[in-house]
Amino acid sequence: MPIKPLLTKDFATENLHQLSVYERTGGYAGFKRALEMQPDELVELVKKSGLRGRGGAGFPTGNKWGFLPKGMYPRYLVCNADESEPGCFKDRYLIEKSPHQVLEGILIASYAIGCNLAFIYIRGEYLPQTEALETAIDEARAAGYLGTNVLGKGYDIDVILHRGAGAYICGEETALLTSLEGYRGEPRLKPPFPAVKGLYGKPTVVNNVETVCNLPHIVLNGADWFAAIGTPTGKGTRVWCMSGHVNRPGNYELENGTPIRELIEEHGGGVWKNRKLKAFQPGGASMMVLLPEHLDVALDFDAIQKAGSLAGAGAMVVMDETTCMVDAARRYVKFFHHESCGKCTPCREGTFWMANLFDQFEAGEAKTGDIDLLLDIGYNIDGRSFCPLGDASTWFPRSVIKFFRDEFQEHISEKGCPFKKSVQEAVA
Amino acid sequence: MALAKSTTAQIKDLAARYPSRQSAIIPALWAAQHEQGYVTDEAMHEIAEHLDLPPSLIEATASFYSMFLTKPEGRHEVVICVNAPCMLRGADEMMAYLHRQLGVRDGQTTADGAITWHSTIECLGACGGAPMMQVDHRFEEDLTPERIDAIIERLRSAPAAHGVAPKAAAAAPATEPAKRPSARPRAKRTQN
Repeated sequence: MPIKPLLTKDFATENLHQLSVYERTGGYAGFKRALEMQPDELVELVKKSGLRGRGGAGFPTGNKWGFLPKGMYPRYLVCNADESEPGCFKDRYLIEKSPHQVLEGILIASYAIGCNLAFIYIRGEYLPQTEALETAIDEARAAGYLGTNVLGKGYDIDVILHRGAGAYICGEETALLTSLEGYRGEPRLKPPFPAVKGLYGKPTVVNNVETVCNLPHIVLNGADWFAAIGTPTGKGTRVWCMSGHVNRPGNYELENGTPIRELIEEHGGGVWKNRKLKAFQPGGASMMVLLPEHLDVALDFDAIQKAGSLAGAGAMVVMDETTCMVDAARRYVKFFHHESCGKCTPCREGTFWMANLFDQFEAGEAKTGDIDLLLDIGYNIDGRSFCPLGDASTWFPRSVIKFFRDEFQEHISEKGCPFKKSVQEAVA
Repeated sequence: MALAKSTTAQIKDLAARYPSRQSAIIPALWAAQHEQGYVTDEAMHEIAEHLDLPPSLIEATASFYSMFLTKPEGRHEVVICVNAPCMLRGADEMMAYLHRQLGVRDGQTTADGAITWHSTIECLGACGGAPMMQVDHRFEEDLTPERIDAIIERLRSAPAAHGVAPKAAAAAPATEPAKRPSARPRAKRTQN
């Protein structure tokens, strides 16, 4: 049975971004309840709820908090709002519609881990969203949710909103911390993990926007209530960003375990222009392509992994029968090449050569053997790059070669893109 | 051109806010760009002085991030996304239309100094409203030729979104846009 949305349930309420309206819908009740509890109890509660991080890796949030070494202070909480994965626009939506929900989640997480100074790292391109959070922080401070001796409970907390300046890599948590420290946003070696040695060398937790948005609901309704939603290993809901060839693209919050078919066909209104579905990508630019035969796979970390892809950050990019898979892969590879920070050779050089080859395919200059050359470059990036950016740059193109190798062949034999021609013919 | 007193004060406030003043580099660069339209060598040196950090560190950081401009642009910045989710919904056609209507190449500024446009492969977070572009960092979604025309018309007469309109914008050279500061820092750091 479909459940009501959790995070987005009040999003139709007018002016929800204002503190007074948010409070009327039950806002900040979760933070007040949390302040009545011991921080350790909160960590246990979130562990028990089974909440997993929504940023891409799906790591259990409570366990992440539990890794902080005992007795080491100060500690920092950093909310990762550097949403930059092509296909993803859920954090933007969550911030725009309900910035206080994000802030309340941050306050709960900060209290639970014993942090007195939290950060929000928001991508530079999200200017209106930065302004929304800025206003929310000011309102919350004026209302006494932020500052010293919050709500008379003896807890001090402040939040600094930090705007990035255009770098996808800063969504990777160690690169984000490096950037927050004022350096070029290059990733750091793990271990030590941020929980032990993070921001300014202090114990740090990095949590995604959607992850923290779940916290007020878990605190108010309990771990068992949350654990009853979703699948055995994927509790709760996820906000799916749907884009591409569907009739109704947009954000849809669905219970984990909902079939992909329901997202695309019911919520998205199906493939546009009465065309056939060719392929889809369930996790954003990084993730492997899936086919129509995978429509009945559940929207769930483990189920999607079993089908051969990854749920990632919850983006669903839908492609119809007119899509040139070579060109789609080319755009993503060019994106990763552009966003490679240059720190390690496999990613810096590998994405350059992959992008180069893809341009040749699209321009009709590719030769027999270039398909295997692409695969060879891919194998030499994946698992050999410093951070997941390099690895992820190879997943989509390699999966496209696996399922649509004939399209690459056609680009070689027809000396160019067969789809551009057929689209032009169809239009004419 | 030295930074305005208000910008300097803002940078000093930022330095005091963070546990490390180095964290104030990116916000300080934003403040300088907001005031002057782009980040000059002189501004980076001033930031270095106010934060008591070496100028090389400021430039090292500034040159990593694609949103810091190193040369003057038009009064308005238009950035159109051509990554795959936007491509699927016709971004290439919209980019071609924008190109034709503005009459200047990607990265260049219109003759009246009103608009600099760029295409980008970096997703801007509006795939659900594709094809899309950002105008002065604000979202314009579900683009059509008519909507692009209306936006261009509005921008031609609208004042700059940031504080000061860079005067040299219309005279921007007709070459590829510079990605990094071309000149090395010249001014000496003040020694205490």
